[in-house]
Amino acid sequence: MKTELLDAVESKSLKENVPYFEIGDIVDVHYKIKEGEKERIQVFNGTVIARKGRGINEMFTVRRMVGSEGVERIFPLNSPNVVKIKPIRSGKTRRAKLYFLRKRTGKAVKLAQQHSDHTVSR
Amino acid sequence: MAMLLGKKVGMTQVYDEAGKLLPVTVIQAGPCVVTQVKTVETDGYNAVQLGYDDIKASRRKKPEIGHAAMAKTEPKRFVREMRLPDDAAMEYSPGDSITVSVFADVESVNVSGTSKGKGFAGVMKRHNFSGFPGSHGTERKHRAPGSISSFASNAGGGGGPKKGKRMAGHMGNRRVTTKGHSLVSIDEEKNLLVVNGAVPGPSGSYVIVSSSQKAQDK
Repeated sequence: MKTELLDAVESKSLKENVPYFEIGDIVDVHYKIKEGEKERIQVFNGTVIARKGRGINEMFTVRRMVGSEGVERIFPLNSPNVVKIKPIRSGKTRRAKLYFLRKRTGKAVKLAQQHSDHTVSR
Repeated sequence: MAMLLGKKVGMTQVYDEAGKLLPVTVIQAGPCVVTQVKTVETDGYNAVQLGYDDIKASRRKKPEIGHAAMAKTEPKRFVREMRLPDDAAMEYSPGDSITVSVFADVESVNVSGTSKGKGFAGVMKRHNFSGFPGSHGTERKHRAPGSISSFASNAGGGGGPKKGKRMAGHMGNRRVTTKGHSLVSIDEEKNLLVVNGAVPGPSGSYVIVSSSQKAQDK
């Protein structure tokens, strides 16, 4: 009963339409940033290497290479500041957390492409 | 003045309009029944006695049943008084039901509850003393309170330390009020109040929610 009531409160903060995406996907994450008074939308492109948590606490980690430096951002899936998540390309993976990519550099950070319906170009 | 009795359901997080994640406590408050009305004429002061949560039928005592019968209701496990100003006209009568809708235009609330018991705690945990260094010659006294007074000191004299000297002892399991929680949302259907921040006590414990002074001044 207790969790039911908590879920009822949480559910109002959950997004209704979270797009389907998987570990290993290359995604575009559109998120709001505030510069002083102004608000604009920035895009972060990279590979989804982890999804963690449940419900309101669900977070996903996106990793990309900037030059030879790896950059990771962790986004809350249900944050209103994460405006849009667009899966672009599916990668072939055999595990749920792709932390091994952190040790890779150069060409090796790219996962083998895999066909998947949710990343077929729209 | 609005007051309700309720149960702490637990904590979670919600996003506000600005996209900020707020830590919130969910309280299931009311519906409370007015079990008794006290007035200046009968009792010397104005108050309303509220009851919350029915007592199991097999555990009811005769005096409790009799008291509840006067308000034509069931005996309640959690009964507290809401004090009203002595010059105000009484707007409640026994048997009335009070729901979360009394908080509809309240912005912030105070929450009272019984804090979690911590057992016998030392001065560092209980009173935030800083203790002694981990090294530099300190031996067996790392969490000690230090001097509690001498024969002639401001902390007490020959008769011993002053009353109220902060020492180790039982911590928690006492009434605590946290003030000025902003009211995030109200669910009238499920009788829920969602308040910002943490409130005293474990989940499932009884709490008293009342509109804060700031809200009362308005």
